[in-house]
Amino acid sequence: MNAVINYFSEIIGGFKTLLQGMGITGKHFFRAHKEIITQQYPDNRDTLTFEDRYRAQVYMEHDENNEHRCDACQTCEIACPNGSIEIIFDRVVDPETGKKKKVLDKHIYHLGMCTLCNLCVLACPTEAIKMSHEFETAVYDRSELTKALNKPGSKLKES
Amino acid sequence: MYDFSKMTGAIHDWLSSIMPDLGVIITEWVIIGLIFLAFFALLGLVLVYAERRIAGFFQFRLGPNRVGPFGMFQTVADTVKLLLKELVGTDRADKFLYNLAPFFLIIAALMAMAAIPYGLGLTAYNVNIGLFFMMAISSIGVIGILLAGWASNNKYSMIGALRSGAVIISYELSLGLSSVLAMILLAGTLNMNEIVMSQQAGWWLFRGHIPAIIAFIVFIITGTAETNRVPFDLTEAESELGAGFHAEYSGIKFAFFFLAEFVNMFIISAIAVTVFLGGWLPIHIPYWEGFNNIMDYIPGPIWFMIKTSGVIFLLMWFRWTFPRLRIDQILTLEWKYLLPISLINLILMAFIVMMGWVF
Repeated sequence: MNAVINYFSEIIGGFKTLLQGMGITGKHFFRAHKEIITQQYPDNRDTLTFEDRYRAQVYMEHDENNEHRCDACQTCEIACPNGSIEIIFDRVVDPETGKKKKVLDKHIYHLGMCTLCNLCVLACPTEAIKMSHEFETAVYDRSELTKALNKPGSKLKES
Repeated sequence: MYDFSKMTGAIHDWLSSIMPDLGVIITEWVIIGLIFLAFFALLGLVLVYAERRIAGFFQFRLGPNRVGPFGMFQTVADTVKLLLKELVGTDRADKFLYNLAPFFLIIAALMAMAAIPYGLGLTAYNVNIGLFFMMAISSIGVIGILLAGWASNNKYSMIGALRSGAVIISYELSLGLSSVLAMILLAGTLNMNEIVMSQQAGWWLFRGHIPAIIAFIVFIITGTAETNRVPFDLTEAESELGAGFHAEYSGIKFAFFFLAEFVNMFIISAIAVTVFLGGWLPIHIPYWEGFNNIMDYIPGPIWFMIKTSGVIFLLMWFRWTFPRLRIDQILTLEWKYLLPISLINLILMAFIVMMGWVF
């Protein structure tokens, strides 16, 4: 007797869940004209919106005085699995303490090798580099994919 | 209601006045064949477009919307592309069967379309065993699938084709033997036009009450399985078999398979409409005489198309809601659930018809 009850309750339960699923998709269908999430890209290039977690090429933040936060610690260079970051730095003697200290010369970023994995950004102790939303990266020559992230003449922000 | 047999009769009389009998028959065959081929191609284009567009809306996407107004000519462009594509075949395939397989599907679908009543007097092949004929013809298509899988010389195609065979053999039982048979008990005839005419007092779905509703549900489930659509599409199961039985087909041969799938969906919907939803009869609501009179002015073929597209929309809704079943789950569903239920339903229906408890 129990088996019979189970048999029919299984059928009814199955139908209930199927109808539930159809209800959800049906609601989606009839609300679709309001909630289309497709971005018709070349047409809406000016009004394109991104999710916050969208990841495109790495950039270095500069404030209005042309100062960045990178202290050339090379953590990102070590963290990068593809070797797409190279840090070129000078050793400058600090006039106050007399100790030698790294100063960033060029933060070289090879976009051609980068997989946008976000590991360098996670590793950075000073939050100097971030993932931007700049995704239109096509260029005519491969050498243009190698760029210096710090702007010319920029220096370390005093904290 | 307009009787289309007047129109076809006039054409027949005019043809007989200008040529001998044999010429009349051959001309009529050619005309009907051309009309059905054109309808077939048009149906494929419209259904593929509708499917893609509706799929888009179910997922908050747009679907094709670039070619022509609302993207309506997208499928036309796709057809041209498929026609121009190179036909790549497998080495050491069984060439004859390999090339034969798509035509099995296409011809089975085309033949089944001939027996559908599109309107009063608008049936190409009005035969007294119409429903039986459609059941028989529409399951010939599976031979095409089996041939395609076997002749491709590809193990994944073979697995897909054999799965399709297993599904069709089991679901044919519930589809024909039980759910359609139950409705034939009500209608008392196998002729498609007479089944429609017997529903003038009301659709069988409502007049046959509980057993008819169960039969309708079983019919829709088995019909989806017959056409190899999601959630029963383990014939092509992209994630495990590539594309299943048509993995080795390209260009226009692939288009044939694709077209046949959509036309089969139309045929299953047309059978459902004819048997359960009153075919080309207009919607009548009891005691609303004015409304009923207005509805009578809308011609039958339009009613038929409206109802059929409703059922097709239901099938598309299934496709974009339910996940695919495993082969053992599919066979369990048929042999342990659908078949016993529909057999008991058949007995129940026979009892109800015998007692005259039909509205």
